[in-house]
Parts: sequence; structure tokens; C-alpha cells
Amino acid sequence: MIAGTPSPDLRGQSLAAIKRRSLLCFAIPGLILAYLVYVFFAFEVNDAFEDANLDNAKILVGDSYSYKTVVSHDNRSGRYVVAIEGEKKGRYTPGAQPAWVSLDGENADVDLADGYRVTIRDREVTFIIPNYGQITALPTRRGVEVELPDGPMPSWINLSRTRLNVKTPNGRISVTKAKTTVFRYFFGWELFWFTLDSPYYGLGFTELAAAAVSGEKNENGQTHALAIFQDFWFNPMWRHGEVAWALVETVLMAFLGTIGAACLALPLGFLSARNFAPSLIGRFGMRRLFDFLRGVDGLIWTVILSRAFGPGPMTGALAILITDTGTFGKMFSEALENVDDKQIEGLKSTGASPISQNRFGVIPQITPVLLSQILYYLESNTRSATIIGAIVGGGIGLLLTQAIITQKDWEEVTYYIILIVVMVFIMDSLSGWLRRRLIKGGA
Amino acid sequence: MVTASYKSDYIRLTHLRRLYSGVLALVLILLFFGGFYTADSRNAGGFFDGLDRLFDFPAEVLGEAWSEIDGLPALLWHYMPSLIETVNIAAVATLIGAIIGLLLSLFSTRGLAFWPAGIPLFRRSMDIMRAIPEIVIALVLIFIMGAGPIPAMIAIAIHTSGALGKLFSEVNENCDMKPVDGLASVGASWGQRMWFGVFPQVIQNYFSYALLRFEINIRASAILGFVGAGGIGYDLRNTISWGKGRYDDATAIFMLLFLTIVLVDQLSSVVRNRVLGDQK
Repeated sequence: MIAGTPSPDLRGQSLAAIKRRSLLCFAIPGLILAYLVYVFFAFEVNDAFEDANLDNAKILVGDSYSYKTVVSHDNRSGRYVVAIEGEKKGRYTPGAQPAWVSLDGENADVDLADGYRVTIRDREVTFIIPNYGQITALPTRRGVEVELPDGPMPSWINLSRTRLNVKTPNGRISVTKAKTTVFRYFFGWELFWFTLDSPYYGLGFTELAAAAVSGEKNENGQTHALAIFQDFWFNPMWRHGEVAWALVETVLMAFLGTIGAACLALPLGFLSARNFAPSLIGRFGMRRLFDFLRGVDGLIWTVILSRAFGPGPMTGALAILITDTGTFGKMFSEALENVDDKQIEGLKSTGASPISQNRFGVIPQITPVLLSQILYYLESNTRSATIIGAIVGGGIGLLLTQAIITQKDWEEVTYYIILIVVMVFIMDSLSGWLRRRLIKGGA
Repeated sequence: MVTASYKSDYIRLTHLRRLYSGVLALVLILLFFGGFYTADSRNAGGFFDGLDRLFDFPAEVLGEAWSEIDGLPALLWHYMPSLIETVNIAAVATLIGAIIGLLLSLFSTRGLAFWPAGIPLFRRSMDIMRAIPEIVIALVLIFIMGAGPIPAMIAIAIHTSGALGKLFSEVNENCDMKPVDGLASVGASWGQRMWFGVFPQVIQNYFSYALLRFEINIRASAILGFVGAGGIGYDLRNTISWGKGRYDDATAIFMLLFLTIVLVDQLSSVVRNRVLGDQK
């Protein structure tokens, strides 16, 4: 080509290339858009969002930061039960209910704060709502007789012949012929530290700390420090001990799976690296084995293994181990193929044995690569172990799925999610820290 | 003599180093076997009891599938739509995740950021997006939206945005600033600087990372299906749930999943090698 006088052919070629390129610039976003439109209809996105149950979302969000205390009155027997979240484990013993509930035989006064007040007089329920008025409801044998203030019925009252539901920001009541229930909402997670049957329930931090360091013993002959720890650790509502074990199990699955896979993959990696394994057939076999282990997804391994070993953390660890042996084997053999021969030759020239050649010529070269991969996978497998745990029935993944399936303990779901995120964060920073220390600091 | 003291120092240090390595290895081995023992004792079935039963289930499945081998092509065809759904979940999630990750990475790279004060904010948000396991988001969304592909797609997309955002921002950091500065000097807007100055340099790396992520996401989408998010994982759970035993169906699903993963794996490595090869 002569400089300065571009041949018309070259100009034409460049123009064509630019035209192609600009066409591509429009074609690719166009294709992406077309694909997204196709998926929009294939997944029925519109319907899915229309069907989304926003009440569920409200319950979820509300439950995650607040809890309710339930005062219920059995209209037949006339008995009252005051319980946190309406659960048996959170039931107050008669006479020990909180100050905003006063019970007197068949009668009850429930103070919902800010002037909201519910009184029950021999089955007849009166709900006083500031800026609205007074609602009275009388459960009878046939249903509920309700008197509302004059004017149109607001949307937060739900009334039928057999049921009255009133939702206010301060609390909720529900009246049927069998039962009257008053709910009051509080901020926070109920009974997170101690349940009601613990003598330490309701004590402040300073009181607890004072009891713990005093060294005195309680009526069972335990020191307070131990009893406080036990009441917290074996809290029947939150089961902190079990949750901690589940977290340990999850990390254990990731640890065993990753380290086990690395130990298996290192010798296999030697067998499938071009410069260490002379046999072509053996190498080909190893490569296909790795492809197979990776290709049969972790999901399938999990399913197969849980048939043989039953549910539990061991099964999860083995599933991670098998999948990652394939991944590590491939990576290690690639790392081994990229090893610099000069160091090995240098060792050979000094008369080192083959074992010494590998030990001092190869291992130091691949250690940083291997370690960084292993640590990266350790962190990533913590996340996988959460999911695998949900399938094989072990670890925090199982607790999470169980809590979600019951569809009422959303505060526990929130607790588990926070713990999982914290766990992954810790593993992430730990693996990052180790990587920096071992690879950069060690060199 | 100075050399002698160096020598003895060197030998002492080497010994110390060997001692540390030995102790570290010992601790690791103890942890490993202790962990193995703990996991084994908390498992429903023991490791050594289960070992000889390991091949019972595959043998049973394959045996039943073999006896009904004639029906296999029909079954493969039957589960094709579910497979397509699983792949679609992965593809859309990768696409959306890559787009969000791209924006996040541009917002969190020093020198390119639209709003430099917000860099730590975007970095932390990517960390959080990466840290939350997909199953958490998927299960919560399934509760709100009902079972279907969308919860899985959103869950995977969120994780992908965080993961790709981090990788992309590492790519961005290595990019040459001269074209960007040149464009800035002629008054190009932020969008124009990114589009004409940065993208031509990084697009191949982006593409290669996104392909790698697509591979990972297919597996994730299959697993999420198993916990109720639709696609082939959901069918797999239905066919192998305890006591039912429709193993010819299960074999068909295993085969489809295996073939898809291997195919995507091979295709993506070929494409990535070509794309990255162009660059060199």
C-alpha cells in the first residue's frame, strides 16, 4: 500500500467495516430487547406481578421488625389467655400479665396506648378509637351484634354477620361468637434473649451483668452467669444454640467439601497435566472424569448422595467435594501446565530426585495459584452450602426453609437471613485476609 | 565470620518456617478429620454405611430407565420446555445482572465514577448483593409472588449484579484513561465518554466474564427450581421425591441437565478463547 494515496478499494473496505460495525451496534441491543420481550411473555411477567400477594409482603415486613401480644377471651368458658405471638411458649402465667392488660374475672381492660382502649364486660366488647368513636360488639349464639358510630364504615373495619375485624395502627381486634382477640403490636423481636419462664426475663443489661459477676448461686445451685447463658442458649422460642450449630454445620460443609476436593484434585491434577503425565490415554481419561464430575451438577450429586447417606451435613459436604474435585482438577492441571520449566531443570542439574524436583521446583510455583483458588471457593461454597443444606436437610439452609414454609415466623426468617449474610461476610473477609497474608505476605 | 552467621541464621529461619508449616498442616488435618467426624455423627446415615449403598440409587434409576429405554426420546422431548425455562431464567438473569453490574462497576471505579463520593456506597451495595445467597431472595419472593420462574430470575440477577459488578470494576481499573481524557477534553458527556472511551477497551473482558457467569447461573437456576422456582429442577424434585420413583423421567432430566451444562461449558470456553484471543 502506498502511503498518502489510499486506494479506493481500501476506502471502500473501511466504509464497509464501519457500516458493519454500526449495524452491529444497533443489532445487539435490538436482539437483547427482542429476547427480553420474548421472556416477558414466556414467563407471564405481567400476570405474576398482578398475582403477587401484597398482603404477604406486608406481613413479612411487619413481622420482621415487630411482634404482637395477644389477649384472647374464650366466649364460652370466659377464660383469658395472654400470650406473646399467641404461642404457647410465650404465654404469661395468670396474674403475671403485662401492666397494660388488667383482668378481673370475666372482665378485662386492655390499654392500646394513645387513647385506644378495649374493654370486655361479660362478653360485650367496647373498642374506643380516638377521632372515630366507640365500637361495641356482642358475641351471641348466632353471630356478632355490632354497633358502629354514625357515618360511612371506614375501610379498616371488616364486618360480617359472624365476624368483626378492626385494624388500627395501635392494635387490632377480632370478634367471633366463640372468641374475642385483641392484638397489640410492639417494636422489636419478642423474647429474643429470655422466654417468660426465665427468671432473667425483663431484666436490663446492667442488672444481668451485676448478677453474672456477683458469683452468687440461684436456687438450683448454678452460678447466675451459667444460668443466664443457659436460659439464653436454650431459649425455646429462638433456639440460639441450635441456630449456632446450624451455622457451624454450614461452614463445616463448605470447609470439608473444599479442602477434601483440593486434596483429591492435587494428585489427579498431576495425572492430567501434559508435562507430568506422559500417557495420552490416561490424561484424556482424567480430563473427561473432571468434565463428568463438573457436568453432573451439584444438584444431581446432592440428590444421589442423600439417597446413600441420608440427610445431614456429611451429604452436603460430599456433594460439594465431588463437584469441586472436577473444578479443581481442571484448574490445577492448567496451573501445572503453566509451570516454568527452568526451576525444575535447575534442580535436575544438581542431581535432585524426581520427588525433590516436584517438591522444590513445582509446588512453590503453583501454591499461590492453588491457595487463592481454594480460598475463593471456600467463600463461594459457604453460599452453596446454604442452598445444598436446604435440599439435604442440614445447616442454616434447612432452618431457613422450615421457617419460611411455616409462613408465620418471619422474625426468625429475618434473623436467619441476617446470620447468613454475616456468616458469608465473615468467610469472605477471612478468605481475603488469608489470601493476602499467605500469598503476598509469604512471598 | 559473617557468612557463617548468615548461614546459621538462614538454616534457623528455614527450620522455623518448616515448623510453622508443619504445625499449620497438622492443625488443618486435625480440623479436617474432626470436622469429618462431627459431620458424620450429625448425619442421618454414616459415611461408611452409606459408601456401599452409593451406587444403589444410580443403579436402580439406570436399571429402570434401561427397561423403558424406548420411551426415553419422548421423555427428553417432554422435559424440553422445562429445560428451556431453566436456561431462560439463567440467561435473563445474566443479562439483567450484567447490565446492572455494568452500571454499578462504572459507578464504583475511581476515575470513571459519575459521582465519586458515592464509590464506597456502590461498592458496599455490591458486596451485600454478592453475600446474600440466591435461595434467600428466591424463597422470600416465592412467598410473595407464588411459585414460578420470576423469583428465581430476580434472585439470580441480584447475585449476578454484585458478582459481575466486582469483576467488571476490576477490568475498568486496568483500562487506559487516555481515550477518556481525550473525549473529556472535547466536551463529551459522561455517557459519551463511557460509550466511546471505555467500552471498546473492556467489552471483550465483560463478555467473557458474563459467559462464565451464565454457566454458573444455569446450575443455580436448576438448584433453585428444586426449592420451588420452576424449570427442570422442579420437575426433578417431583419425579424423584421419596417413594414415587418415576426413574425413567429422572434419567431423562439428568441427561438433559448434564448435556446442557457440558454443552454450555464447552461452547463458552470456545467463544471465550476466541474473543480473548482477538484481543491479543
